[in-house]
Order: sequence, then C-alpha cells, then structure tokens
Amino acid sequence: MRSLNTSKAKTRLSNSNLLFMIAGIIFVLMYGFALISFPGSFMQFQTFFDLFNFNAALFIVTLGLCVVMIGGGIDISVGAVCGLVTMACAMLLESGMGNVWSALFLALGIGLAFGLMHGYLIAYLEIQPFIITLAGMFLAQGLLTTLHKEPLNVTMPAFVALRNFIIEIPWLGTVNRLGVFIPCEIKPGVIVVVVLVVLYAILMKWSRFGRNVYAVGGNRQSARMLGINVKQTIFFSYVICGLTAGISGFIFLMTTGAGNIGNGALFEMKAIASNVMGGILLNGGVGNLLGAPIGTLTLLTINELIRAAGVQSNLQAIVSGLLLYLFIVLQSVVMSLRGRSKFRLAFPSWLKARQ
Amino acid sequence: MPRLKTRLNNLSHLFLPLSVLVILIIINLIKGADYFRITMVNGAFYGNIPNILFGASELVILSIGMTLVTAASRGQDISIGESGAISSAIFVQYVLNAGEVTLWTILVGFLISCVAGLVIGAFNGTLVSFFNVQPMVATLILFLGGRSIAFIIDGKVSPILANEISNRIGTVIPGVPIQTPIILTVVFIAVVAVVLKTTNLRLYVEAVGINPSAARLNGINPKKIIFLTFLLMGVCSAVAGFIAVNKAGRHDSVNLLKFIMMDAILAVALGGNSLAGGKFSITGSIIGAYTIEMLNRTLLRLEVNPEAIKAFKAVFIIVLMVVASPVVRIFFKKVLDKARTIVARYSVRQTGGINKGAVSITDTTGKKGE
Repeated sequence: MRSLNTSKAKTRLSNSNLLFMIAGIIFVLMYGFALISFPGSFMQFQTFFDLFNFNAALFIVTLGLCVVMIGGGIDISVGAVCGLVTMACAMLLESGMGNVWSALFLALGIGLAFGLMHGYLIAYLEIQPFIITLAGMFLAQGLLTTLHKEPLNVTMPAFVALRNFIIEIPWLGTVNRLGVFIPCEIKPGVIVVVVLVVLYAILMKWSRFGRNVYAVGGNRQSARMLGINVKQTIFFSYVICGLTAGISGFIFLMTTGAGNIGNGALFEMKAIASNVMGGILLNGGVGNLLGAPIGTLTLLTINELIRAAGVQSNLQAIVSGLLLYLFIVLQSVVMSLRGRSKFRLAFPSWLKARQ
Repeated sequence: MPRLKTRLNNLSHLFLPLSVLVILIIINLIKGADYFRITMVNGAFYGNIPNILFGASELVILSIGMTLVTAASRGQDISIGESGAISSAIFVQYVLNAGEVTLWTILVGFLISCVAGLVIGAFNGTLVSFFNVQPMVATLILFLGGRSIAFIIDGKVSPILANEISNRIGTVIPGVPIQTPIILTVVFIAVVAVVLKTTNLRLYVEAVGINPSAARLNGINPKKIIFLTFLLMGVCSAVAGFIAVNKAGRHDSVNLLKFIMMDAILAVALGGNSLAGGKFSITGSIIGAYTIEMLNRTLLRLEVNPEAIKAFKAVFIIVLMVVASPVVRIFFKKVLDKARTIVARYSVRQTGGINKGAVSITDTTGKKGE
C-alpha cells in the first residue's frame, strides 16, 4: 500500500503540518460561520482585534505551554504562576517602591524561578512533570493568597498610562450610526503576542534547540542516541515555559490593571485545550508552534459565538465542550485515516466496512 | 529467610507512602501527645484518626479508580469530580422526586447514579480507547462542561437532601460506632480487593499499561481493557459522589468534589505508582490518599495560616518527590558504595577496632540515604 503512495511524486505532509492545516481550516470555517450568522458584530475588525486585546495573556501562556507539550511534557502551573505574577507586580507598584520596569523584572524573575525549579526537578531528577508542576501550581496559589487576598487595583500613574495606552490603526475602522469614523484600537499586549509568536516560531523551526525539542518529544531514547542532550533540552523547555508565564502575568496586569486571586484561573486547562485544537499532541513531538495561536483563536471564537448567540450561561460550557469533542474526534479520524494500517487499529468493526 | 526477603521486596513500593505517614504521625505527636485519642460522641467514635478516615473516604475511592486508569491508559482522568457531581445530581433528583424516602429508594437511586457513572465512563473510554485520544484531553471535555450539566439536572442552586436515611449514610447509623462513610469505603475496598484477587484484571491492566502492542500480540485487546478501566472509574466516581452528597446533605453542583482530581492523581503518585502506566499498587494509592488527608489536617492542626496551606503542601510534595526520585536514590547508593570501599581499604590497613567504628558510621549514612 505504501508503494502505491510513493509512486506519486508528491512528498507526504508531516503529521505536524497536517494537524496544523486541520486547525487552520477549522478556524477559517468557524470564523466564516460566525461572519454569516452574526454579520453585525463579527464583520467589524475591532471584534477580531478584541479577541487579542482582552486575551493577550492566554495567547502567551499557550505559546509557552506549546514548547513544553512538543517536548513531551506538561506544565499545569502556568495559570497559577500568571496569577501570582499579577498580584506580586500589583503589590510592588502599589507600594510605591518600584516603577514599571522593576515590576516587569519581577514578573520575569518569578516566571524564571518557577521555570528553573520545574526544569531542574523534571529534567535532572527525572520526576514526573505532572506532579511537579501540580506542586508548582499549589505553591503559586498558596503564595498568591499569602501575599494579598482582596483585589488590588493599581493606581500608580505611570502604570495607568501604560494600561490605557492604545494604538490606533487609522486606515482600518468602522463608521458608526452618527457617521463618525472610529479607528480600530489595539493594546500594546497584542504587539507582545505577535513578537513572541514570531520569536518562538523561529526558535522552534530553525534553531538547534527547537529541533532538539521535537526530537526529544518524538522519542527520547533515539534523541539521545543521536547525541542530543535530552536533559538540557527538557530543562530549557520548562524554563522557557515559566518565563513565558511570567510575561503573560505582566500582560494580564496590563490588560485588567488589578491583581486578583482569580487571575489566570483555569488558564492551564484553556491553554491545553487551545493547544489540542491547534494540533499539538500531548504525547509530544508533533505540532506546529503556529498552531497554538490558531487554536486559541478558535477557542475564543467559539466562546464569542456562543455569547453572541445568547445561549444560557450554563449551556455555554456544555456547547464549548461539545465543540471540543467534535474537534478531537475529527483530528483523531483524520490522523487514523492517514495510515491504513493504523486505520484498522483505531476503529471499531462497524466503521471498518468502508475500506 | 529468602522468602521473607522476597516478601519485603514486594512491599518496597510501599516504602514511600508509609514513611510519609510515619513522619506525619511523628509531627502530630510532637505537636500534641493526645493525637490518637478517640472520644465517644452520641455513640460513635470521633477523634483525629476517625476524622481522617471519614474525610478521605471519597478520595480513597477515586484514587482506586485513578490507579486503574493510570495503569492501563498511561494518562489521567481529570473529569472525576465532574462525573461525581453529575451522577450524584441524578441520585438527588431521583430521591427528591420519589416521594417517600425508604432504604429501597436510596438503593435504587444509588444504582441509577452508578449507571450514570458508567455512561460517563463509557463516553471518556470511547474517546480514549477507540479514537486514540490522550486521556487528559478526552476528559478535559467533561471537565469543562460537566458542572453545567450537573447544574441543569439540578435545575436550581444546591437542592437539599433532607431525609433521615441520607443523613445516616452521611454521618452515623445509631448503634454502629463507626461513621458510615468509613464503612462504605472499607466495603468498596474489599470488593475491589476481591475482584483483583479472583479475576485477571490486574494482569491484563498491567500488560496493557506496560506495552499495548505486546499485550495485543498476546491476545489481550488493549482497547477493551482501557475501556473497562474507564467504566470502573465511572462507577468509582458515582460511589464517591454518592458519599459526598450524603455527607454534605445538599448537592452543590459548583463545589462538590471540586479539584479532587489533583489530589487523586497525587495519591496515585505518592503510592509509588508510575504516572506513565504499567505496574500498579492499589494499596499504595489508598495509603497515599489517607496521607494527603492527614497532611491537610496536620497543616490545620499546626495552625498554619489558611492562606499558606497550599504553599506548604506544595513544598511537602516537592521534598517528597525529590527524596523518592530515582536519580537521588542512585546518587545515595553511589555515595554509600564509595563510603564502603573507603572503609574496606581503611580496614585492610588498620586494626579491627577502628574498623568497627567506621562500619557503624556507614550504617548511619546508609539509613539517611534510604
């Protein structure tokens, strides 16, 4: 069967690219559906930009988690670290001791500290990543509640200026009912997202480290036989993830302007769901980094769509769960349709008749 | 003697959870010597130990199911709290709509909730076994949507389960000195033990977890086994939900068994099981679950700031996992060997008297190393 396939001159798509294409097509279909059903709101560019404006932190968290997931690990502490960073930075800014730069360094420092801890314990002491990052999550949540319990609004003028800073795109916008032209607005967090996406995509695609991560995630044993320093690669993937979570915390604070216990809650689950929708498998070794933002966009579009449809709040969670179910099944079906030998394994007998 | 040695080797995986339990008991005894005191209130035993057994009953049941799922599918089910909430919502609705509440009603309601648990398990199991989805991703669906389903079944915020029988199931039956959830847990553990002793389940699950392809070549259908473990997980979560809802006396669809999957996974890991599947020890998981409950109560007893409890718990877990990690063990073994060789060289040159002292020094280091 394989010889028949190879007779065509075309090179086969890699699994990563196939899943990425599926994710892209799903997103385009989803957004197209949204455009058709709710042209009033989704036609505006501002709606699209708002997905980025208000969820910049989630995008960044997803990127960091993506690196770890491609390396075959998992980090469920990202949401809690993000929340801890927001509260720590808010307290630093409120105490009047530091300026915005010191808050940024604090954010990076907290993220780096968690990343180093996870990386060392997981890579060099070979402890199961789930347990260590679970402990990291507990640690971050405990520190967060120890620091401050009530919501803390940052009133420092320099930071408020940064929070309210908006970049207008003069050539893109809508005309409202009164005939006044309103340009589209994006927040500085969106630029950070774009920069990080480009940076990480280059890192994963063309750098030695990125290729090592794919190799380690695919098969640790053969990666080591190829002469890759497996432990170092895993270590740095967690450090990057922690650092990214720190950045995302700062961006979260820049978006909302307040430290709160609930900040970044369930980000880890949302980030895992986004990555899965973006075609990055939890097993590791498969996935395109650009799938992470695409998956997040899909998730956010679904949420936005359900909100626009005016579904009861309890049904929202069920509907988004059902859509996630459909995506997962679709991915699984496509992946198993690829290799016929796998096809026979992956399906119950009643689905097999078609072959 | 060799037989004893193999027996001890078989028990070596219990070393970690048992040593943690001992450390926690010592800490508690230092805090107050009356730790083991048990008092009789209204004809039932109360005290620190009964409270731990009482509080951990759901966690123990869930960690049994989690052990099986982890061993067979090499992944974790993160929707256990939600499936418990859904199945107990069905139980509560049945009991509330049944009119007069008798023991029969409760039993039928419990069986119906077990069927609901089976359905949920079948949903997750189909995704994992037939569609080859990673367990964590497959169960993420119910994790995100499960509480809403439970709320819709409830129809309103936390319906109250006010009847005599559920109250007794949640606390004590008059005349029986042990709280009922503890009895139910023991019965459940006994049933699981009998099933594992009399059937091939353990062998099949371990075979599938170690190598699914090899298991398939040997005539075990890995898909069936993984599906079966998810069904069992569904039953476990239904039983846990039943106990939890009777304990609480009301069905709070938002907070019932919230985030218990973290504790259950932790219990599995503390019990010396690998989270990557393969051989498993239910005993270890059960001890691990009780250890977690004891840790929570110890932190409360030590009057740790309630806000900081999670951080302390995290530090405890990290220290524990570092001590138990294979790399550290090997390192200590190496140190021990080196010390032995040095002592051996030293003893060749020196007389026996100093040698004796040196050996005793290595013995103490060896104990630390373990």
